[in-house]
Amino acid sequence: MRPLTARRVVWTCIGLGVLLLAAVLLALKLGAVPVSVSDLVLDLGRIVIGQADALPTDFRLIVVDLRLPRIVLGILVGAALSVAGASFQAMLRNPLADPYVLGISNGAAVGSILTLIVAPRFALVTPLGAFVGAGATILAVYFLGQREGQLDTATLLLAGIVSMSFFSGVIMFLMTTMTGRDLRGMAFWLMGDLSTPVSAAMQWIFIVGLLVGVGAIYSTSADLNLMLTGEREAIHLGVDVTRVKLVVYVSASLLTALAVSVSGAIGYVGLLVPHIVRLIFGSDYRLLIPASALCGAIAIVLADTLARTIVPPTELPVGAMTAMAGAPVFIFLLRRGLR
Amino acid sequence: MSGPEIFARIEGARHERLGREPATRLRVEQASYAYTAGAHAAPTFTLGATSFLAREREIVAILGPNASGKSTLLRLIAGTIPPLSGRVELDGEETSRLYAKTRAQKIAVVHQESSILYPSRAGDFVLQGRYPYGRALRFATREDIEIARNALAQLGAEHLWRRAIGELSGGEKQRVILARALAQQPRLILLDEPTLHLDIGAQVELLERLRQLAKENRYTVVVVTHELGLVAEFADQVVLLHLGRCLRVGAPADVYHRELLEQVFEAPLEVELGPAGRPRVHLRARRGDEM
Repeated sequence: MRPLTARRVVWTCIGLGVLLLAAVLLALKLGAVPVSVSDLVLDLGRIVIGQADALPTDFRLIVVDLRLPRIVLGILVGAALSVAGASFQAMLRNPLADPYVLGISNGAAVGSILTLIVAPRFALVTPLGAFVGAGATILAVYFLGQREGQLDTATLLLAGIVSMSFFSGVIMFLMTTMTGRDLRGMAFWLMGDLSTPVSAAMQWIFIVGLLVGVGAIYSTSADLNLMLTGEREAIHLGVDVTRVKLVVYVSASLLTALAVSVSGAIGYVGLLVPHIVRLIFGSDYRLLIPASALCGAIAIVLADTLARTIVPPTELPVGAMTAMAGAPVFIFLLRRGLR
Repeated sequence: MSGPEIFARIEGARHERLGREPATRLRVEQASYAYTAGAHAAPTFTLGATSFLAREREIVAILGPNASGKSTLLRLIAGTIPPLSGRVELDGEETSRLYAKTRAQKIAVVHQESSILYPSRAGDFVLQGRYPYGRALRFATREDIEIARNALAQLGAEHLWRRAIGELSGGEKQRVILARALAQQPRLILLDEPTLHLDIGAQVELLERLRQLAKENRYTVVVVTHELGLVAEFADQVVLLHLGRCLRVGAPADVYHRELLEQVFEAPLEVELGPAGRPRVHLRARRGDEM
């Protein structure tokens, strides 16, 4: 056995980066209107060398204006949700933790919708509302999930599922009472969808928030490794548990909030991706966090491409794809864990 | 060898040459603690003032039945809770005031069960003991790996380095957990009921190893346990607790009195002195049970 080195982390990330690039090219190519690979490479080359004006109009419309922003959004959302999931799994010492399963995504959605109702003109503050919603939900689930002062797997999951269905009800109520407003539909908030375009400002907020959130969580990754063996042991090994908890809960809530405010509650990504990464690369958080971010991005880009192309010209919400893939895996993990 | 280690060795050699006792390492002085549900509530459990001294290479047993305050005393010594009154000092420094990482460089705590959520190699687990010495992301240095491997080797378990923890037997797991404590290069090792899930052979082996390690590595070892027989055989000093009170401190022969042990453990016992001056405890059959 060779213990993890910084070099291995970097090379793994480079490898996954190449895979992500391949997934992006595939996503740009596939769709209701097919684009040939040679055209794609040629036209992307033109963009890279700064001759975007010379692009054919249809290419520009379909690939650059429609598909590319959606792919970028998918990358950001996938990375944010996967890192949030991996973090919650370490914090709650529960391999089934995921922002969606714990109801945190729906809590963030309620926060977003309320912000949209109160301040419809300030779309840029929706992540703030989502952050408050996510933070309040994780607090509630954390306390509801305890039994005799200890976090309990089954109780925690039940608390999550109860808050998820409670917030689903609130979302439906809010959506039906606000008629005629220019708001995204119920399916968007409950299932998650990448088809709604996002303003450039919002994209930048997301990119900065993602870097800050993932960076903060990554800075605690050595501590997270120890927290996995138990809080008491982590304290005895010199981990400042209170600080780590604060940093990780706040950052993971921020990441969930960012994802939900632009794409609704996409489920199971935060559960599936860290598990696959763990199977392939092991459970060391110093590798797990960056690898989950990249694999989450790949997963969402591919899932969304599938959602766009599976029944053309109709498009499925990407959340439907992740739920169909994620729910069986959740059951599998649950049964394996309970055995 | 680092500077402090060399000094420690020179110091130890000097003591041996002069025929003096090694210096006091752990000083527990009138330390007490009280658990309360709220700020104004009456305490639910109190540990009365407890005092004892421990030198390096010494094995101290904190002995008592369940709910006697053993774990509370262990936490006071570990410094994770500050004493309500009195002091707990390791080499003259109050353990509860040490910075978390500094504390982990001096004190290693081994719990009865260490659960591991995700599959991990034994080597990775032992390397966790190097955490208090690292910075930022703490990728293991060559020195860390050497220290971790040595720790396993000292317990005769170097072959476990590559094994997954989930595949280990109870005794092997115990050695890996202890190896992590050794990798911390502490001065004081605290063990909480280390023999709980081990069969008698593994219990004796573990305590023999601890005695040997305490001697070789100059550790002070504090073991929390309710195993009367093992304590009599292996401890240099016994701290007897009962219902949150420290009843007696001393060598096993001074603490093991039939009436006292019977009162504390609420069982009919027989105490006799063995050939090496160590007491032996037997369970005396009740008259009604005699056949």
